[in-house]
Amino acid sequence: MDAVALPAALAAFDCRNNRLALLGLMQDGFTEAVAAASQKYGAQRIGVFIGTSTSAILQTELAYRRLDPATGAFPPDFSYRTTHNTFSVADFTRQVLALAGPAVVVSSACSSSAKVFASAHRMMAAGLIDAAVVGGVDSLCLTTLYGFNSLGLISTQACRPFDVERDGISIGEAAAFALLEPVPDPLEPLNDDAVLLLGIGESSDAHHMSSPHPEGLGARLAMQEALATAGLDAAEIDYINLHGTATPSNDAAETRAVAALFGSATPCSSTKGATGHTLGAAGGLEAVICALALQHGLLPAGLNTQQLDPALPLNYLLHNREQAVRRVLSNSFGFGGTNCSLIFGRAG
Amino acid sequence: MTHPASAAPSLTVYVEGIGLLGPGLSGWAPGREQLAGTAPYESARCVLPLPMALPPAERRRAGAVVKVSLAVGQEAVTASGLSAARLPSVFSSSSGDAINCHEICSALASGDRLISPTRFHNSVHNASSGYWSISSGSMATSSVLCAYDGSFAAGLLEAMAQAAVDQTAVLLVAYDTDYPEPLHSVRPLPDSFGVALVLAPQRSERSLAKWTLAPATCLTGTSATAMADSALEQLRASIPAARSLPLLRSVATQDTGSVVIDYLDGLQLAVQVGPC
Repeated sequence: MDAVALPAALAAFDCRNNRLALLGLMQDGFTEAVAAASQKYGAQRIGVFIGTSTSAILQTELAYRRLDPATGAFPPDFSYRTTHNTFSVADFTRQVLALAGPAVVVSSACSSSAKVFASAHRMMAAGLIDAAVVGGVDSLCLTTLYGFNSLGLISTQACRPFDVERDGISIGEAAAFALLEPVPDPLEPLNDDAVLLLGIGESSDAHHMSSPHPEGLGARLAMQEALATAGLDAAEIDYINLHGTATPSNDAAETRAVAALFGSATPCSSTKGATGHTLGAAGGLEAVICALALQHGLLPAGLNTQQLDPALPLNYLLHNREQAVRRVLSNSFGFGGTNCSLIFGRAG
Repeated sequence: MTHPASAAPSLTVYVEGIGLLGPGLSGWAPGREQLAGTAPYESARCVLPLPMALPPAERRRAGAVVKVSLAVGQEAVTASGLSAARLPSVFSSSSGDAINCHEICSALASGDRLISPTRFHNSVHNASSGYWSISSGSMATSSVLCAYDGSFAAGLLEAMAQAAVDQTAVLLVAYDTDYPEPLHSVRPLPDSFGVALVLAPQRSERSLAKWTLAPATCLTGTSATAMADSALEQLRASIPAARSLPLLRSVATQDTGSVVIDYLDGLQLAVQVGPC
């Protein structure tokens, strides 16, 4: 990431978070796909919706170490708007992709880049835009490292979701993006590899700022609404990508919520053992993992987990499984009691 | 879950309640007189009430950002006569808790780097939304947004789309607080400002105004509508959430026509307004 160079015209945006965003945008032909969509719909008709929890607060943390000893002023190279400000990464993404439509950052802690799908979908349904770039970008900073540590939520080793000895999160970094387009006329069949956004559910816990509702009530409401908007029964979901942070309380509350709706048969796992908890980028990252699961017929195992907690009676996968996958659900929950569940499906 | 463009709903909402707090503005009732020009407006430091709806421990620790957002949210919901517990919400701010951010960055630059759990969970951009949900008991969805100086317009777009698409009343809360130095020098917001709107897809006997977005043309290059009063214009230009003032004035004066508010660089939002 340190070697990533921003375009000269966007040099003011230079920081770890925007470098990570650019690195993500350059993968898998994404900028080309957006350019083609821009040709098709018009640059003003494509919205940008990016989730981040901390943006580039790291720049400010570092600048506070370099304050002028006499005046207390920032060093002259510090640029608040293009780095620290929460909107910076959406502004940057919009300019890199040469888009000219609406843009916003969704910043609701660890549900941020799941909720971008909901905001983008509403704006498309309202006719304000025709397509959307959605995504999540979060990078390491001291605020989250020392903050989660103050709550006793940082694992002593690589995190072990659903393990009987799980002891907290491992903070990760990620940039993940998706291009949302309207479902075309039925006369134009979709590419078999296309992934459909089938359902969205959002809720609030109304319980506590940093602890989940013990019964997972808000989480259950989000999953229920996602199933309802998709018009699906719980039995029609082939795999659940859990929020599964590996904190004792999250995994217990999420288990109660999942079990209340799905029972204990639906295969599920948390991929945070592989990726770490990428916070505001987690929803977007796990949406991409769900897309890969659908395209490749692969249910990913949860890594690092040695001994499943018998108090969490779900069908938690410890080994990858290859099978046809038609519909998957992804959970993302966050501080402040914010919950979002997404359901994706195969077109073909 | 597909909504073909041809079936796009009309993007019309009715303003069911307003909350307002800012420098020299102590609520919608006196504010509408000041905005209509029937009472004088004089800038004065914004007075933030204690968030009495929060439990005592949370109330004691509440920063300016929670105080301003909960105060205007409650004012708007009370005026609407709707139940806060069932309203989806949109919280939009150009920054989070400014003083909390300064304290965390100062601690992290010091020798021990210790920050308290409360400081940390108050640092999330959705702290106000979380406290709103806890104090109102609302388990409905809450979207928490930022678009720098365009954060009010971004919140309005989100709330109007949600009201129209999901056919539900929505609470929009837009708010900003001022940073202490040294952040103040790079983001010189002069004071706190909060505005809350309850927006409904159907008209009621409480409706104060009707606002419509034309989906194909509401994003415009036309300049934002200015405030005629120079002190109010200065306020509008200096705090992102106060970019809402021309819309609030149109409610106060029962105007009909187009009001343009600031959004992104070179892209403004035009709202067709009319009385009810």
